Amino acid sequence: MSVQTWTFIIVGITFAIYISIAIWARAGSTKEFYVAGSSVSPLANGMATAADWMSAASYLSMAGLISFMGYSGSQYLMGWTGGYVLLALLLAPYLRKFGKFTVPDFIGERYYSKQARLVALICAIFVSFTYVVGQMKGVGVAFARFLEVPYTTGIFIGIAIVFFYAVLGGMKGITYTQVAQYCVLIFAFTVPAVFISLQMVNNPIPQLGMGGTVSDGTYLLDKLNMLSTDLGFDEYTSMGMDDRINVFFITAALMFGTAGLPHVIVRFFTVPRVRDARKSAGYALLFIAILYTTAPAVAVFARTNLLQTVSNQPYVEMPTWFNKWEESKLITFEDKNKDGLIQYVADKTQNELVIDRDIMVLANPEIANLPSWVIALVVAGGLAAALSTAAGLLLVIATSISHDLLKKYLRPNISDKGELLAARISIAAAVILAGLAGLNPPGFVAQVVALAFGLAASSFFPAIILGIFDKRMNKEGAVAGMIIGILFTTAYIWYFKPQLGGPGTPDGYWFGIKPEGIGTLGMFINMIIALVVSRMTPAPPQEVQDLVEDIRIPRGASEVKSVH
Amino acid sequence: MKGNYLNGYWKQNIRYLIMLLSIWFIVSYGCGILFADNLNAFKIGGFPLGFWFAQQGSIYVFVILIFVYVHLMNKLDRFYDVDEI
Repeated sequence: MSVQTWTFIIVGITFAIYISIAIWARAGSTKEFYVAGSSVSPLANGMATAADWMSAASYLSMAGLISFMGYSGSQYLMGWTGGYVLLALLLAPYLRKFGKFTVPDFIGERYYSKQARLVALICAIFVSFTYVVGQMKGVGVAFARFLEVPYTTGIFIGIAIVFFYAVLGGMKGITYTQVAQYCVLIFAFTVPAVFISLQMVNNPIPQLGMGGTVSDGTYLLDKLNMLSTDLGFDEYTSMGMDDRINVFFITAALMFGTAGLPHVIVRFFTVPRVRDARKSAGYALLFIAILYTTAPAVAVFARTNLLQTVSNQPYVEMPTWFNKWEESKLITFEDKNKDGLIQYVADKTQNELVIDRDIMVLANPEIANLPSWVIALVVAGGLAAALSTAAGLLLVIATSISHDLLKKYLRPNISDKGELLAARISIAAAVILAGLAGLNPPGFVAQVVALAFGLAASSFFPAIILGIFDKRMNKEGAVAGMIIGILFTTAYIWYFKPQLGGPGTPDGYWFGIKPEGIGTLGMFINMIIALVVSRMTPAPPQEVQDLVEDIRIPRGASEVKSVH
Repeated sequence: MKGNYLNGYWKQNIRYLIMLLSIWFIVSYGCGILFADNLNAFKIGGFPLGFWFAQQGSIYVFVILIFVYVHLMNKLDRFYDVDEI
């Protein structure tokens, strides 16, 4: 059977599963809609968090990025996993004890201020919307490429599926669909990796295979280093000259950003007890780690395979996958010295081959000559990753509107039924809006993802941490810190991102820090400002200090909260 | 009295956090970034050690740290009788 037939079958089956789950897990109250009734088991929540967290970018782009970056790619691996340690130790248990529905809920009540809630609300919507447009784009691309439907049709199918289970089930539907999506995506990611690892180093475990030996007895990584340096690239496993400070700062910005992202934090409101929130963060990271430790192995295999397949080989003998990707302009070859051979080297004037990094995961099974059902599986996995993340983000946007804006500001007397209806309408609107934005994605989407992390790191993270660990922290300090942190980070990113119209050049980087890593500095600035300002202004009221005492103690989290 | 008693719980919690986050910092920022070059002189199997910490080891340690934390805190909750039934 052809790849396309297999893709139809496998994608069709997975979509049928998601829809069945959605019908089974309909939400009947706002509590079910916002936080799945706080009744999700830690194991299921761990899987759902993992699927929620791992986006189309983690799944499709990350291994490719690492395979081109080598050691520096570590910033994504450590940055996107290390944040869970912060989440588990510093945030999740206390926010679960606090026991409301959203991050703006916490900010608003801890800092006894509607303005603070509004700042948090706007940040939450901005961060989530930026992300979701990227996911929709991923869905469109995956459909367009493998089902050979137009990009727009692909996006419409994506909208229809997410619309169905998000509007019907809210957090409850999304959670259980994400559990299924996690299983699909992790299976689809590891199967090709195992096959390729067996092929290249005769070891079924890619994490070990990466350090294994190839058929001539040399270590795979040594061989890759040699291949790379021969062609003028940096040694794969070594740090480049000016890497250290940027790997450090970008890793930190991604870690603190992860711990401050609303759609991740909100997942810890869905478990019954404080100890479940802790355990659930552990499970989430375990499930994420399976992909994140496989990805660098995939990167090494793909890079080695690619160099061996193309370097100094005659163009006419290239396999079919090469020509296929050439058609879509994701691989381009220009025979500069007219010798009919492919020169793929670091020197830009002599290099003849340009490869889009994003195709590595999709092309990898083809490069390694795996059966066509494996390729179809990879597509289904990519769709699962994109859809699960999109749904989680859309819920944050909808909740922000129906709960934080409507219920807390505009119509405080709205009934639970009315709020539920409002939540359904806002998620429907958000799905459609995100889809439309995905149809015509503004060129700056990729650029603002860095901003999303920087923003989360420099605004939410310090405000939440200080709210829990510093009883003396007050409204004045937190708001001043958040505003200055956000402004500083946004200004730096804008100034040094030519794509956003900023005038700065890399020569002007502070301490050589790239815009992607500046959120780390923004976070420290936020903390210092917050601490200084809070000590010069009045202490928070007694009931807020009591609230802080209360969230530090686990007992009582599962009791029914009277008002929400 | 009750307040003082729970102060002990919170102090012990902070001690655990400092201990675990120090390990978190040392494996990722220390072994994986700041001293990765030096560690690359050593090898485990086919991996230069610094590279291994950056792309594999640190992630394994992160997972272990969370489960150690879960274990320590469950014990502490029971000791101070603030766990949930």
